Amino acid sequence: MKSLKAQNHPLSSSKYEIELLESTDFGGTFESKLEESGLFPLKPTQIEILQINMGKMCNQVCKHCHVDAGPDRKEIMEREVMNHCLKVIRENKIRTVDLTGGAPEMNPHFRWFVSEIRAIDSEINIIVRCNLTIILANPKYHDLPEFYKENKIEVVSSLPYFNAAKTDAQRGDGVFEKSIKALRMLNEIGYGIPGTGLVLNLVYNPSGAFLPGSQEGLEAEFKKKLSNQYAVEFNSLFTITNIPISRFLEYLQRSGNYEAYMEKLISSYNPSAASNVMCRSTVSVGWDGYLYDCDFNQMLELKVNSPGSQHIKDWKQNALKEREIVVNQHCFGCTAGAGSSCGGATA
Amino acid sequence: MKTYYNPEDLKKFGNIGDFQKSMADKFFDYYGEVFKEGALTAREKSLIALAVAHAVQCPYCIDAYTVDSMEKGCDEEQMMEAVHVAAAIRGGASLVHSTQMMNKVKEISM
Repeated sequence: MKSLKAQNHPLSSSKYEIELLESTDFGGTFESKLEESGLFPLKPTQIEILQINMGKMCNQVCKHCHVDAGPDRKEIMEREVMNHCLKVIRENKIRTVDLTGGAPEMNPHFRWFVSEIRAIDSEINIIVRCNLTIILANPKYHDLPEFYKENKIEVVSSLPYFNAAKTDAQRGDGVFEKSIKALRMLNEIGYGIPGTGLVLNLVYNPSGAFLPGSQEGLEAEFKKKLSNQYAVEFNSLFTITNIPISRFLEYLQRSGNYEAYMEKLISSYNPSAASNVMCRSTVSVGWDGYLYDCDFNQMLELKVNSPGSQHIKDWKQNALKEREIVVNQHCFGCTAGAGSSCGGATA
Repeated sequence: MKTYYNPEDLKKFGNIGDFQKSMADKFFDYYGEVFKEGALTAREKSLIALAVAHAVQCPYCIDAYTVDSMEKGCDEEQMMEAVHVAAAIRGGASLVHSTQMMNKVKEISM
């Protein structure tokens, strides 16, 4: 499967996506809902997390991917941008660095970058969003579990279901089997095993046009099934709602589910989830160094509303802390039901 | 085409209070309480609701509890087994009455 960009699909244009999201009224704008909740304009609480998207290159082409990542995407972060990131992490005492992609490990500077972040401070929480199959994709990646362990990395991996049919339907043929193998490799060196301090968290997101159920209930079910049927252990399950942009938006439109899904997101708006949205504590860095309120805004090319501090090389902590967060209709994905963030439910 | 069932009407379920508020409020409070995690998990209750929806043949309930079961992490096999439970009870309910028929046959036969 090719990326939307390689297909020259209209939804590979962020302008087109935004026009589509704004052109339909399913019961109110996100701004108006925030106003009703006393949260507009939405402002940061503090900057705790720097989420760095190291590039759109990936060994998988998942059907719901908001990045439109895949092997045909060549946009990856250069070392110069990474050096700016290191300076920001060092000078602003960033406590959590969240590395994502694409498959961040495919960036040739990945290991150097991780080691440099770890050298700044042994206590920084470094998260790598690993798609699991990359570990088996090529012999040069087979030692990734050891590398994660040496650098005290928190591994966060997607596994949309505890069987092959649903996982492969979303992430590609054979992904489930490879993911289980990779999870066992991580378990073997202590990841996900109580008492080791090596954290392995899984991400669940629905394989279709419905919302995730209770995080607690799904975690219990995943733990039971993965342990009993596959001898796989993990720490926590994060439930994440599919955001209606990029490939998931394309799926919604193609399957005739777009209107019903948007209505469901909007009617499930939860003010408590809105007050805890991750963009209030996160700044997202794109592969080219531009700054965004979150990875979704990054894919929609909605840069931070912080004149003079829109690129990592121009980072101004105070201006970014005072910025107004850019919102649009896709933000209903983070405020529906129990809420959604890169760390799971928020309400 | 006009039909007795319209999927859009499911969204209006909450409006039943427009005609009788106090009873609707009591019903929805009760409904919410029933489906909370309890001695049964919310997931188990969703599968029971899906089976009952088929037994009472309510299209609104079938739509609602298909989505709800999927949201709670049930897979297709589990959902179909729940429907088979409903079918088995419905079928069994008919068949178990055949004992009455058998009794009657024996009663009136030489």
